[in-house]
Amino acid sequence: MRATENTMAADLLHPLLNTSWRFYALVIAFGSVVASGLAAVSFQAYYGIGVWGIHNPIYWGFGITNFIFWIGISHAGTLISAILRLVDAQWRRPVTRCAEVITAFALMIGAMFPIIHLGRPWLFFWLVPYPTERLIWPNFRSPLVWDFFAISTYLTGSLLFLSLPMIPDFALVRDKTTGLRSKVYGLLALGWRGTTSQWHRLETAMQIMAVAIIPVAVSVHTIVSFDLSMAPTPGWHSTIFAPYFVAGAIFSGIAGLILAMAFLRKFLHLEKYLHPIHFENLGKLLLTMSLLWGYFVFSERLVVWYGNDAAEMPVFWATQRGLYAPLFWTMVTCNFVFPVIVLSIKKTRTILGCALASCTVVLGMWLERFLIVVPPLSRKYLPYTYSSYWPTPVEFTILAASGAAMVLLYTLFSKFVPIIAIWEMKAGEHPSPELEPVAQQERRLGETHA
Amino acid sequence: MKGVYALYPDGASAQRAVDNLRREGVTDSEITVISSAPMEDFEFSHIGGKNRLWYVASLGGAIGLILSTSLVVFMERDWAVNTGGMPIVAWWPNLIVMFEMTMLGGIFATVGTLIATSGLLRRRPPFYDPAVSDGMIMVGVEAPSAQAATAAERALPISPEITLKTI
Repeated sequence: MRATENTMAADLLHPLLNTSWRFYALVIAFGSVVASGLAAVSFQAYYGIGVWGIHNPIYWGFGITNFIFWIGISHAGTLISAILRLVDAQWRRPVTRCAEVITAFALMIGAMFPIIHLGRPWLFFWLVPYPTERLIWPNFRSPLVWDFFAISTYLTGSLLFLSLPMIPDFALVRDKTTGLRSKVYGLLALGWRGTTSQWHRLETAMQIMAVAIIPVAVSVHTIVSFDLSMAPTPGWHSTIFAPYFVAGAIFSGIAGLILAMAFLRKFLHLEKYLHPIHFENLGKLLLTMSLLWGYFVFSERLVVWYGNDAAEMPVFWATQRGLYAPLFWTMVTCNFVFPVIVLSIKKTRTILGCALASCTVVLGMWLERFLIVVPPLSRKYLPYTYSSYWPTPVEFTILAASGAAMVLLYTLFSKFVPIIAIWEMKAGEHPSPELEPVAQQERRLGETHA
Repeated sequence: MKGVYALYPDGASAQRAVDNLRREGVTDSEITVISSAPMEDFEFSHIGGKNRLWYVASLGGAIGLILSTSLVVFMERDWAVNTGGMPIVAWWPNLIVMFEMTMLGGIFATVGTLIATSGLLRRRPPFYDPAVSDGMIMVGVEAPSAQAATAAERALPISPEITLKTI
């Protein structure tokens, strides 16, 4: 057992203790894109929001699209990890930290967009309820203030949910290294020893956090949907928006998680820990969410078409056969047609198949966010206000930088923290599923602890 | 002496050592078992298992709820804004802020209590052996009385390969 444990620790600590040229190449490549994005944001802050393509009446464009998209991606991690932890699914062990990291970084990136979108981002603290010389308080009836509270709570909870289980792994790195590295990880380990009472308290705390974080995660995307659906704008003012947004967020989040796991498996050589069965399970979950997404889109579209409301129909037709139709049908193909075909067939539900389906879902879900935000504003009530929106290079640069920032932060995190929770792997230690008969694999990778 | 202990290669031998300590009259509160992962399959893992984190989390949530309710009601009354004919203290939108702060209160209470009651962030006698990180299980008695130290010296060496260590 000790030999296996040591092999596991050596494998999972390898990226921390050894740095290959590929790490530097990734950091330089994605760091450059992030730097260009920061330059674009600075340019926008200096010259004003007019450097974006938004105009009257389309006041929301790429900025809010990116915000909703990244908040959606964030739903992969903590929510999935919390659910799997609560139901004690044993196959979660190598997946949870990969997932929780996505939440933390996607939330940080997503939460930046409303701040950038303020035009004067340095005044964002006006959202915070604190006594000022202006003698006014935030308006608690504004969805923007709800966003502030919901995202702050989710980000704080997710960071703590991610950090607590890292403490025993920091203690492991402290013991396995020497010099400055040992001192730094010793500080991060907070004096962890691994007594039975510490393990009990940690596991109880993780259970409580999981119980608290699930409704918070659902509330966050519900509130993001309220940003739109609280306004009496055709195409937005819909009671289905909250569950539609939550389902879409989980859908895009799972796709993001599969992509991250495939990336880690390939570049950090984690084949022994991230097995095909993990991708297959997540692939099945992605298939379920794809079908659910299709159901929501069909319901939403059918009700609008059947209602034939004079204000709603121009938005409807703009997306079905007008200016935005190519984007709409690309979205349907990416989110429904392709993933359902690939993930329904067992032969194609491989790691590559799941990763390809996830790529299309991520693209499709970004398009979905764009189609929710822009067409309703471009066909709002009176025809004389009808307009169209074309993003500028500044907006494209910021979009590219947000994606690069995600990869960069993920790469840096996996360089300094074991991306798979070593203690959790030890706790659920069992032989590699590849070495076992299929029947036994299914029993073991189900819910039983052998 | 800060402690007396021995290292065991697996859970079964650690369990035998714990049972021996109990037979020698050492109480559970005096026994320290340290491992690199939770060992839920073994009885000794239940030592120190009771905690009140759920109650503390609930209390933290209640405090979050009370504070957020006070915050929104005070602020809405302090600067009365009539928005779309809604009442000055509008409970439906306020529920969102109150819910988020309730959960945040519960989360903060949980993490704070975990840190305070788990002996984290404290400068304590270093009763620890880094061999634990190699998968060994450390069983011993921390800051033992003379009687407990003698009992541990008799109970811990369950086989000739197990050597007794002191700090």
